[in-house]
Amino acid sequence: MYVAVKGGEAAIDNAHSLLADRRRGDRSVPSLTLDQIAEQLALGVDRVMSEGSLYDRRLAALAIKQSRGDLIEAIFLVRAYRTTLPRFGHSEPVDTGAMAVERRISACYKDLPGGQLLGPTFDYTHRLLDAELEGDPEIPAGATRDGPPEAVTRIADILGAEGLIEEDFPATGQPGDINQTPMEFPLSRAMRLQSLSRGDEGFLLALGYSTQRGYARSHPFAGEIRIGEVEVEVFLPELGFAVAVGRVKLTECQMVNQFKGSAKAPPQFTRGYGLVFGQSERKAMAMALCDRALRAQEFGEDVVAPAQDEEFVVSHCDNVQATGFVEHLKLPHYVDFQAELGLVRTMRAEYEAGLGAPAVETPPTIEIREAAE
Amino acid sequence: MNAHHQASNYNFAYLDEQTKRMIRRAILKAIAIPGYQVPFASREMPMPYGWGTGGVQVTAAILGPEDVLKVIDQGADDTTNAVSIRKFFQRVADVETTTKTADATIIQTRHRIPETPLRLGQVLVYQVPIPEPLRFLEPRETETRKMHALEEYGLMHVKLYEDIARNGHIATTYAYPVKVEGRYVMDPSPTPKFDNPKMHMSEALQLFGAGREKRIYALPPYTEVVSLDFEDHPFEVQRFDKPCALCGAEAVYLDEVVLDDRGGRMFVCSDTDHCETRRVEGHRGEMGGEAA
Amino acid sequence: MFAQPSALEGGFARPVMDAQAVFRTVMDAMARPARVVPLNPMVTPPAPLSPAAAAIACTLFDADADFWLDSRLASHGAVVDWLVFHTGARSAPKPVDAAFALVTDIAAMPPLDRFAQGTQEYPDRSTTLVMQLPSLAGGSEMTFQGPGIKGHASIAPRGLPASFADQWRANGERFPRGVDVILADAEAVLCLPRSARLVNAEG
Repeated sequence: MYVAVKGGEAAIDNAHSLLADRRRGDRSVPSLTLDQIAEQLALGVDRVMSEGSLYDRRLAALAIKQSRGDLIEAIFLVRAYRTTLPRFGHSEPVDTGAMAVERRISACYKDLPGGQLLGPTFDYTHRLLDAELEGDPEIPAGATRDGPPEAVTRIADILGAEGLIEEDFPATGQPGDINQTPMEFPLSRAMRLQSLSRGDEGFLLALGYSTQRGYARSHPFAGEIRIGEVEVEVFLPELGFAVAVGRVKLTECQMVNQFKGSAKAPPQFTRGYGLVFGQSERKAMAMALCDRALRAQEFGEDVVAPAQDEEFVVSHCDNVQATGFVEHLKLPHYVDFQAELGLVRTMRAEYEAGLGAPAVETPPTIEIREAAE
Repeated sequence: MNAHHQASNYNFAYLDEQTKRMIRRAILKAIAIPGYQVPFASREMPMPYGWGTGGVQVTAAILGPEDVLKVIDQGADDTTNAVSIRKFFQRVADVETTTKTADATIIQTRHRIPETPLRLGQVLVYQVPIPEPLRFLEPRETETRKMHALEEYGLMHVKLYEDIARNGHIATTYAYPVKVEGRYVMDPSPTPKFDNPKMHMSEALQLFGAGREKRIYALPPYTEVVSLDFEDHPFEVQRFDKPCALCGAEAVYLDEVVLDDRGGRMFVCSDTDHCETRRVEGHRGEMGGEAA
Repeated sequence: MFAQPSALEGGFARPVMDAQAVFRTVMDAMARPARVVPLNPMVTPPAPLSPAAAAIACTLFDADADFWLDSRLASHGAVVDWLVFHTGARSAPKPVDAAFALVTDIAAMPPLDRFAQGTQEYPDRSTTLVMQLPSLAGGSEMTFQGPGIKGHASIAPRGLPASFADQWRANGERFPRGVDVILADAEAVLCLPRSARLVNAEG
């Protein structure tokens, strides 16, 4: 007698227990602390905060630990947690011009007010594995400028003062919220930027790269990249003014792109904008390239490349959605597979009986009806 | 901050009340416009997109303490994802669960409709991966929405007919498109077309949730649901040569089980509750052993 | 902050479970149109808002779903305050801006086509009317067909405007656009989704 396979519940429990064991690994090796992750894997933590849409270093560190270092899994954990949090309102727009910059560079000018400030960058490191880091060498305090970090003028504002770059319109009305409203294309730029800001770094990187290789070339200059902390303020109607609720570290990238001008607008540069939580320069730059590409229609440019296609980019940039749907293919599909098997067997039998040629040679007169089943 | 919430730290049925209201409003609209996909602000759930987040949100929004919940995947109550979703609702809603189709007030399903006819008052909640039946003909939402608005469904018929011209058959065996009340072409979710006739004039309310794609749609009871076809190629459901090897049921959907690597096969009911109920009643198939 | 202390009272005692129970009643009624379904309101709103209509408001209205009140209800500050306090929703200035409309003065109500009808592409962006009637029985008979109805279903609500039959037929002609209607008396509701086709009306 055949007994159908049972025991899904026990199998799941066992899988979870094995996962917990493998996550911990060799028990003779000390367990990672959240402080260690937050301090020493800080850029991983930044990515999880950015794409998890939740600014909380400790929770991001916990998610990385729990996910065994699988950052997309960690992002998913953080997203699933944040969705349960009450939403009190929205902040005032942060002023990145007032950012206490730790890094600020421009590719457009040799020197400028505030100067070029390299900050803690991998740029110009020689990518040579450092055997000393196998241990825990003494690391002297980093060199910094004297005095506290200060606000420096944005390059876009320098160009703006000359009228050579498109105006940066102040935000009006309520910002949209991609968590609270179903997507409807075309999106407002605010909604689009929100989607990009928490979009997958790898996806945006590849799309941004494609624009440089001619798939919607936009002649970008890295106008400015700045990293540092900004104050977050929330307007309280009871008080009638905004109060500071905390500080967040952000990376902002303003790309300066070419534009010839039109009947309505004089020749001027255009902008591509990237803004992400934490120190995440690659993501901010890729986002700025994608933002500019997605503005094609605004500037009357032909939409010819994937990076310019809003529905394509925004519908596929979320790695939590993407990983879920790609990985769902491992769920059982045997009912549908059986349906396909049945059809293929039928068609194979007809083929072998010599009846397999297309049943209809002339284009059919399409007479549509609906079966009353 | 303690991120390790116990189930009791979450609201009844996990979702916050604002989210439930938003989903409930969408469900009412979906019922009022059968077959039309209502956009909703789908939330992130603690299980992956594509693994039933839409169905879970719909179930969570309608579920009450009096409900009896059944969860199936591939027709079976003990497939891993069905087990996982059932456990989730036991944990966050402390709701009674069952494997018996007849005892359930809400049945959440992936890929099957139970063999036992559903009755008035029952709700069948489908997990839907791609709610748009026109998506594989036209990937753009902006375009497919226009096609629904204008009732432009010619493309779908052309696609089905191209199948016939190329293969001699309509090559769609699951997620077979239906027309609802003569108006909207609708995706029945990836159920085998065998189940399409069960949707027609069903006594149960049928709700469809697509989490990743952020759509909810519905079929009220007693709704006309017609599978698309042609005069010379009428819609047909799958037929199996043999009855279920365990319970002897005929005219049900069967799973193929590979018994060995020498070509041994058996076919058994995909609906595990249906099969078990029949065996308890004393029915036996050729491999079902002796009746008790 | 509010005109009367009653604004703070009379809401759901168990908001999560009560809202779920009311919703299931309304969902069931919407899924099976033209059928009177008993509803336990579990709320005590200020007059002239009826408990059944108020229970629906507490279940479905919120900051993302504005409501429109007919002038009779709007003239009762206590009703407005109560709704705002218990739902967090805002009052919409015009019928066409509202996700929901509460109507008690049936004789003076705007025609159905003055409410949001949705668009051909998004027919769900329409107003749902909650009409408070003296009784869902005892009026002239109307018979409906459509999804959710086995064969046909007859109702005889009292207090509908004389032109309702014509207005409802016109609403059906706009399908998939159009409004959905929830009729409520003190103890019960019945739903008329836009898909319900009026096939016969007395008088």
